[in-house]
Amino acid sequence: MLACDPAKRLSFNQTISNGDLVIVYEKHDSMKAVTASEGSILQNRYGVFKHSDWIGKPFGSKVFSSKGGFVYLLAPTPELWTLVLSHRTQILYIADISFVIMHLEIVPGCLVLESGTGSGSLTTSLARAVAPKGHVYTFDFHEQRAGSARDDFERTGLSSLVSVGVRDIQGEGFPDEFTGTADSVFLDLPQPWLAIPSAAKMLKQDGTFCSFSPCVEQVQRSCEALRTYFTDIRTFEVLLRTYEVREGKMESLHEESNGSNGSLPSKRRQCSDGNYMFSSTISTVMAKPSGEARGHTGYLTFARLKCL
Amino acid sequence: MSETSRVTWEGCSVLLDINDGDRLVFARLSPAAKLKIGNKNCSLQPLIGSPFGTVFQVDGTVLSPAQGNVNSADEIKDGQVNVESRDNRALVDNNTAQSLTGEDIEAMRKQGAKGNEIIEALIANSATFDKKTAFSQEKYRLKKQKKYAPKVLMRRPVARSICEAYFKKYPSKIGFLRVDTLSLLLSMANVSSNSDILVVDMVGGLITGAVAERLGGTGFVCNSYLGKAPYSMDIVRIFNLSDEICKRILRSPISDLLSQKETAEQILQHDDVCNVESQSNDQMCASTSIEEISHLSENGISDPGAKNTEPVTKACKAPKAGEKAQQEVIDLWKKNGFSSLIIAAPELDTWTLVRDLMPLLANSAPFAIYHQYLQPLANCMHNLQLEKMAIGLQISEPWLREYQVLPSRTHPCMQMSAFGGYILSGTKICSSS
Repeated sequence: MLACDPAKRLSFNQTISNGDLVIVYEKHDSMKAVTASEGSILQNRYGVFKHSDWIGKPFGSKVFSSKGGFVYLLAPTPELWTLVLSHRTQILYIADISFVIMHLEIVPGCLVLESGTGSGSLTTSLARAVAPKGHVYTFDFHEQRAGSARDDFERTGLSSLVSVGVRDIQGEGFPDEFTGTADSVFLDLPQPWLAIPSAAKMLKQDGTFCSFSPCVEQVQRSCEALRTYFTDIRTFEVLLRTYEVREGKMESLHEESNGSNGSLPSKRRQCSDGNYMFSSTISTVMAKPSGEARGHTGYLTFARLKCL
Repeated sequence: MSETSRVTWEGCSVLLDINDGDRLVFARLSPAAKLKIGNKNCSLQPLIGSPFGTVFQVDGTVLSPAQGNVNSADEIKDGQVNVESRDNRALVDNNTAQSLTGEDIEAMRKQGAKGNEIIEALIANSATFDKKTAFSQEKYRLKKQKKYAPKVLMRRPVARSICEAYFKKYPSKIGFLRVDTLSLLLSMANVSSNSDILVVDMVGGLITGAVAERLGGTGFVCNSYLGKAPYSMDIVRIFNLSDEICKRILRSPISDLLSQKETAEQILQHDDVCNVESQSNDQMCASTSIEEISHLSENGISDPGAKNTEPVTKACKAPKAGEKAQQEVIDLWKKNGFSSLIIAAPELDTWTLVRDLMPLLANSAPFAIYHQYLQPLANCMHNLQLEKMAIGLQISEPWLREYQVLPSRTHPCMQMSAFGGYILSGTKICSSS
């Protein structure tokens, strides 16, 4: 998924090979992660697609099914992965993810601790941010979930950047071996305040902390716990509004036909007073906010370890 | 010494946050650098070698690390708000509550009283302090502290703090690009190590610097420009980018990226142009640093290093970023295609720019285009759809709200930025031909 492997770097000559992870794009809201393998087929509402037709084609290609339907084959990115991964838990989306990485000031080479791993949506972006030399240690207390996350990171080619541990961070804290080594700690736990003392212990001087909580009561308790060790405590909510764009064709009235847009067809209409009015069609590109949006994801609380 | 160091060094760039964001100043540390705080000229020498995140307090003209617990806006707490029996019914604003006069305070100062001692004296001589609620007592203390014992928090200048500081104090210089919008641009363009990112940055170099920070000395950020004169990249100098990272910031005119393989003659001409450009570039740097100084008085954002450290050795200078891309690198980009594209060019026509740059992107490469206005992005999106050049097209507008979180007093902040800009994002697909 990431360009840190030069062999997988996106380029004009990069084609799909057997075993590659491909994002199959049907529509804006309908995508699927597929591993291309010689003998396999993909069946969806657009028909039957043979993987063998895909191999050797560049990423970004449009491919056709037996009955003439088509899909696009895209190279995976953390953003696309977030849209296709299997939800084992509630996941973080692009607005929160981007803001977390920016606010935690994560750059290549950083050591990041995360709990819980959940479905690995944020973890994938954390891995991208610390690559090629940094590392993400992520912990989940659910053994099976941790295993599935490990499989996912294998599939997305991130296993060299991410280690998944099974551990109850709320109960036990982060492992002692990370004391004073972490550049950033991220918590997405039901009772984050229980893990805050451990998070503080793990961080380097001036290290950054973030906790994601859906409920304001969680935020309240976390902030109280943070004040002992942290400063610059700030809580945010970040949402995205998306827009629909379309070309509208609208009738425009004017009294005489001359002076109208020459190429546009004009229609003549008789008005009640007996005079004639002319109308022509004007087209405009228009944008409006989408009618539905995610109204709440969670509160993001950031803090910086106090300098002693 | 570079972007990941936790301790400052001589020649290091820092963001000085004075009194909880009341004033934000970018400075380059040197023994000679001075900063005016209140009416005092303070040397920045004590900041050299201190950890980032240190709070300094001004006493006289000396900056020294603050001792013990420093009052801070986010630490006001009373915890007993529900059983608070005091209220403001007896408080009358008639300017008689404080019995200390200006002369008294000046006299204390002359006798060498520290800022904190003056604050204590003010509290002791306030007739109404005891009648205030614990919350407003804290507020009073904080207000006096800002005046009599200003504190300076030394922050790391990274994409986030630089963007926030500019957005707060001088937003037009970064095209009103809010920090959450910047963070989305970097995600949507899949900025990751070893990528070659094509950038059209007319927001002072903020995007170029932020991308370079994420590349960490791998790949390239190609800062491209229309015409002959590169766009200002001053903000890049504020980041503490290592030489390794600076080397990865290259500039190229868009025409060079678009031209077919050059003949020997063209290369000659090209070299001439190159010289002219590097000249104009130097001139620009000179003029913008003057501009930066004028910001100091008006907007509180500045690079005092430029003004105060003129006779400083070369070692203190920020490494040079933004060399002109050599033909071999350009050829490589043409051969492989860029990994992604970010545009923040409010003064260029979005659609024609995107149409021209799109062929430079590798297939399946993502792109993100910032604009303060919706219409240019809507037109661009519509045209990309008609021309079948990209899929996954979306215009997004981020919304960011900060909260005050305090025991029994949690609510959204009273002031918020209502607008952080629009982003058009998508993925390039193979041309159907």
